[in-house]
Amino acid sequence: MLALTDTTLAAAPATDTAKGRVLVSMRNVSKLFSNGTLALKDMTLNVQRGEFLSLLGPSGCGKSTALRIIAGLGEPSTGSIDWPSSQLDSRGKPKGDIGFVFQEPTLMPWATVFSNVYLPLRLSGVSKSDARPRIMDVLASVGLADFHKAYPRELSGGMKMRVSIARALVTKPKLLLMDEPFAALDEITRQKLNDDVLRLWRDSGITVIFVTHSVFESAFLSNRIVVMRARPGQVYSDLPIKTSLTRDSHYRTSEEYRATTDTVSRALQEAIEIGAAGK
Amino acid sequence: MSDAATAIKASEAGTDSAVAIVASRTSVTERILRVVIPVAMVALAIGLWQLHITVNNVPHYIMPAPLTVVTTLFTDWPTLYPSLLVTLRVTLLALALALIGGVGLAIILVQSKWIELAIFPFAVILQVTPMIAIAPLLIIYIKDPQTVLLTCAFIVAFFPILSNMVAGLKSVDHNLLNLFELNGASRWQTLIYLKLPSSLPYFAAALRIGGGLSLIAAVVAEFAVGSAGRGSGLAFRLLESGYRLNYPRLYAALVLLMITGVAIFALTSLISWLLLHRWHESALKREN
Ligand SMILES: Nc1ncnc2c1ncn2[C@@H]1O[C@H](COP(=O)(O)OP(=O)(O)OP(=O)(O)O)[C@@H](O)[C@H]1O
Ligand SMILES: [Mg+2]
Repeated sequence: MLALTDTTLAAAPATDTAKGRVLVSMRNVSKLFSNGTLALKDMTLNVQRGEFLSLLGPSGCGKSTALRIIAGLGEPSTGSIDWPSSQLDSRGKPKGDIGFVFQEPTLMPWATVFSNVYLPLRLSGVSKSDARPRIMDVLASVGLADFHKAYPRELSGGMKMRVSIARALVTKPKLLLMDEPFAALDEITRQKLNDDVLRLWRDSGITVIFVTHSVFESAFLSNRIVVMRARPGQVYSDLPIKTSLTRDSHYRTSEEYRATTDTVSRALQEAIEIGAAGK
Repeated sequence: MSDAATAIKASEAGTDSAVAIVASRTSVTERILRVVIPVAMVALAIGLWQLHITVNNVPHYIMPAPLTVVTTLFTDWPTLYPSLLVTLRVTLLALALALIGGVGLAIILVQSKWIELAIFPFAVILQVTPMIAIAPLLIIYIKDPQTVLLTCAFIVAFFPILSNMVAGLKSVDHNLLNLFELNGASRWQTLIYLKLPSSLPYFAAALRIGGGLSLIAAVVAEFAVGSAGRGSGLAFRLLESGYRLNYPRLYAALVLLMITGVAIFALTSLISWLLLHRWHESALKREN
């Protein structure tokens, strides 16, 4: 079991205001690429601590761009990213607080599973022997403890994705950013990994921003869905997803889940139509 | 019972272990054939050569028989061996210098596109200029023939290594670069943990190309520059035996050159296999 020390939740005061609970906020962020594409325009988004937030939207609406800007990969053209209560390093990024899972597993093919997961710790100067228990822990939590000596080519697509998740979690980040992590996987593997991610989120109290194309996936995972529109990319609607049910296989077949997916689908449909009209 | 029949039996039975046994047997046969076929082909060629000489009564000052060549190899060993050492020394030293220089300069070049823009013209000009054309010039500036040979072999081996390494260092997966940036990797860490390992396949190719080229260049340069007496390499022995119509010795020198070439090829292939066999597609057997 993964034992992420939950400094985020523990540090939050009991009577926090809405503002005090914000982990990161995008304020009027626009992104203009050098080829003239305006990927984001005036996008504002406050991400609460401990939230599981899905970013949903049509292809090309700027979800990946938004995620990368939050991660500090590429500066916004205008606007800013604020971390109200995190310690920033010299580059103005929250130190070691972000885990990023790309759409592809993005593993180093020449390194074993162990070394791949060790990478973020190695880069921050943790010795291998100090890192070992932590690495074995996080590998166990994604069900790959027996595979620490394997090379990426020896793993299936789903297993590679798990390694990628383990690598993102090994630094005990406060914020986990996932960019369509399971888009390339089959439905069964995808559901299994969805369950795993939910369990990790529940156990650790980490904040997750999850980019997806899938209404069903977002409705199953999130407690908040932000639907984006394209041209220009910005927030179209912001839907809290409240349910008293635990999110498991029963939830997938429940009436409540169906109603949620209906609402989200409708919002997505509107966002697509508006984006098409605004072309 | 034949292998095929066993295989059919096993697949009918459908047990995994039986199938595994058949599979491993075919791979053993395959492994033996992999060695036997090339060796047999070379032996056959030598046999035909010997046959041609014996049957047609070819005089040895036109073309020596393989057996004569082998005998000459032994009788002329005191002359040939020092020359072999000279050629080997030039080749390996040139290759080592070219590896250090090529990899080193490639690392410097990819640090900034300005450095690359400033240096690359020279690299290209030197590369496209035929080495054999500048060798006679070099002998004017560098008095020592050995050093000229070394310089020529170095220049020839250096550029393939440089351009391969530049390509390798640049062909890093962008997402992995993002990952390194995200984790606050320094330039140095990115080089050591990402760029160098991911350019290993390019390095392996550069090594094999450079190994072959430095031997060829060492020989060609010696033809062009000439060298005499004490410090002469195998190329000089070739020329010398040609002038003296000592064809058995010429062939013996040629055989030594070939063996050297094959040995360098085998060694560089082994090194590249050691570097890549755990992970890279080029060194892996396809297993579907
Ligand atoms: N490096 C870049 N240079 C120029 N334009 C870019 C770049 N990256 C993205 N874009 C453009 O910005 C817009 C948003 O791209 P982005 O990748 O963020 O979309 P997305 O919502 O993630 O799409 P998808 O769901 O298909 O992944 C697109 O129109 C895309 O063409
Ligand atoms: Mg995307």
